[in-house]
Amino acid sequence: MTAFASSWRSAALTLAIGVVLLLALPGLVDDFTLIQLTIYAVMAILGVSLGFIWGFGGILCFGQAAFFGLGAYTYAIAVINIGDSTIPFLLAIVVPALFAALLGYVIFYGRLSDVYMGVITLTVTLILFNLVNSTAGPEWKIGSAPLGGFNGIPGIPTLNVPGDPDAVLSQQSLFTVSMVCLLLVYAGLRWLIASKLGRVIIAAKENEQRVLLLGYDARVYKLICFSLGGAIAGLAGCLFANWGAFTSPTIFGLAMSAQIIIWVIVGGLGTLVGPVVGCVVIQWLSTQIGTQQTFNSNLVLGAILVVFVLLVPRGIVPSLGDVIAAAWRRRRAPAAKQAIPAPLAPTETAG
Amino acid sequence: MDLAIIVIIQVLYAVAGLVIVSAGLAVIFGMMKVINLAHGEFMMLGAYATITAHGLGLNLWLAMLVVAPIAVGLVGVVLERLVIRRLYGRMVDTMLATWGLSLLLVGIVTSIAGNTTVGVSAPLGSFSIGAYSVSSYTLVIIAVAVVLALAIRWVLTKTSWGLIARGTMQKPEMADALGISPGRVYSVTFAVGAALSGLAGALLAPLTGVVPTMGGAFIAKAFITVIGGGPAILAGLVSASGLFGAINQLGTFLTTPVLGEVALLFTAIVMLRLLPQGITGRFFKGSL
Repeated sequence: MTAFASSWRSAALTLAIGVVLLLALPGLVDDFTLIQLTIYAVMAILGVSLGFIWGFGGILCFGQAAFFGLGAYTYAIAVINIGDSTIPFLLAIVVPALFAALLGYVIFYGRLSDVYMGVITLTVTLILFNLVNSTAGPEWKIGSAPLGGFNGIPGIPTLNVPGDPDAVLSQQSLFTVSMVCLLLVYAGLRWLIASKLGRVIIAAKENEQRVLLLGYDARVYKLICFSLGGAIAGLAGCLFANWGAFTSPTIFGLAMSAQIIIWVIVGGLGTLVGPVVGCVVIQWLSTQIGTQQTFNSNLVLGAILVVFVLLVPRGIVPSLGDVIAAAWRRRRAPAAKQAIPAPLAPTETAG
Repeated sequence: MDLAIIVIIQVLYAVAGLVIVSAGLAVIFGMMKVINLAHGEFMMLGAYATITAHGLGLNLWLAMLVVAPIAVGLVGVVLERLVIRRLYGRMVDTMLATWGLSLLLVGIVTSIAGNTTVGVSAPLGSFSIGAYSVSSYTLVIIAVAVVLALAIRWVLTKTSWGLIARGTMQKPEMADALGISPGRVYSVTFAVGAALSGLAGALLAPLTGVVPTMGGAFIAKAFITVIGGGPAILAGLVSASGLFGAINQLGTFLTTPVLGEVALLFTAIVMLRLLPQGITGRFFKGSL
């Protein structure tokens, strides 16, 4: 990571762009486009959740969709039973986080390697998919909420102003809520990464042995990181259930998990902006593919994943950052050379 | 009594199914430490190869046991050359690239064959035990699994090719120094693994129905079996298949097929917590 990418300036710049988008977009685009943009924001939160645990915690989770789906289902079931959406909203974050903690306990305390980790998370996602898929009958209900099996749960009540079940959010305010959530998640994670906790998490990724020898229990830190990722994915799931007022088992599916990984790989591993960029680019591309018949979307997504792993393993954002930084250095090279020796050169211009 | 025989046959059948589904993956992962997430799609290709060859008038057995493995083996050679070869030693990248391949293969086959289920009917009819009727094809699956396990053992232990392959995987530099090209050994091993996956897909085609996305149904079971088995290729494959197959089938008997599968996957996760190295990481050490 370049110095610029880890400096507070980049965080401020990103947040400023985000706030401008948040304020300007509802006035600039029509309602239909705004609804489309809402789903980009929701999916971007999901992308950031994986970008965080994978890029900073070194945890390759092939089942981030499990937490996403769990968040959506938790919200749906709770809000149908309770009515007021405040507690369901919180539950949709807490339940996936607890589930992630349980799963993380099995994985990290069993000291499984990252490859096994990938396979286990994949398996858990499939278990959930199979389970939920088979709950179609009327006997499968939690409280007054039928699970619906492969048909999903339709007509999920939308978020309301906390404490006032009648003040339901409009589509425009749902966009605002989603964008604010995205920006809060981004800001919170940037802060976390800069804090001591975040530094230990990153250190545990870089060299677990050394972290252990320094007296930190790497397993606890990985567990915290993983649970946090689960919580954020759950938040995204809750917003997703709100967006379409519908949730179905396909959000637990392999295709969903694959997509999240593709966003992160394409956008750039080890950054938080990367997954957002990757998510928007790929989602937009998927929509475009959906409008024509020549290429199948699996075909294109698969090809993109293979090409990026082989040729652009660092993803768009870091690669682009390198290119810009190199161009910048070339322009300023004569001046910089005279002033300070290269290794100590100020790197704030990078990126 | 009749019921007991049926239960035993069904359990053996579930175990055999796992052996067949996981064999290709076990060879590729066990020998090369490559996690091939396109395994399910190799099976899907095998199934389509069978259906196409059978549709062209070829004998079904020939299509299943000869055409499918050869076709998928060739696909394996090509993909190994183009993609996998560049990523040896980078386990996570290999996983991601093969997942990309898996999506790519699903996309290609969907474009060609369409997203509809095609199938062949199971050959050989059925026979009856007491009041119960059993498909004879069940016994074929069990027999093939036994032959497959014995064949893998024979190739790895009794042939010079197996010796060379095992030696190369342990120390590629030494094999290189002795005049064997490790690249070619990797290539052939991957092709053999792919061919076994293709065979598995072909054998299951009459049982499951063939769609481009059929691979997804097997991938988790196959992986959990291979990883649950641990480092020894054959002993791991057979012991894990035995354990998980029995649990799956008994769970299915007592509840529903879905819950049987959930029981399988759940047991596997709990087992990996207790035995992170898999079954052969603790028991049957030093076996193959």
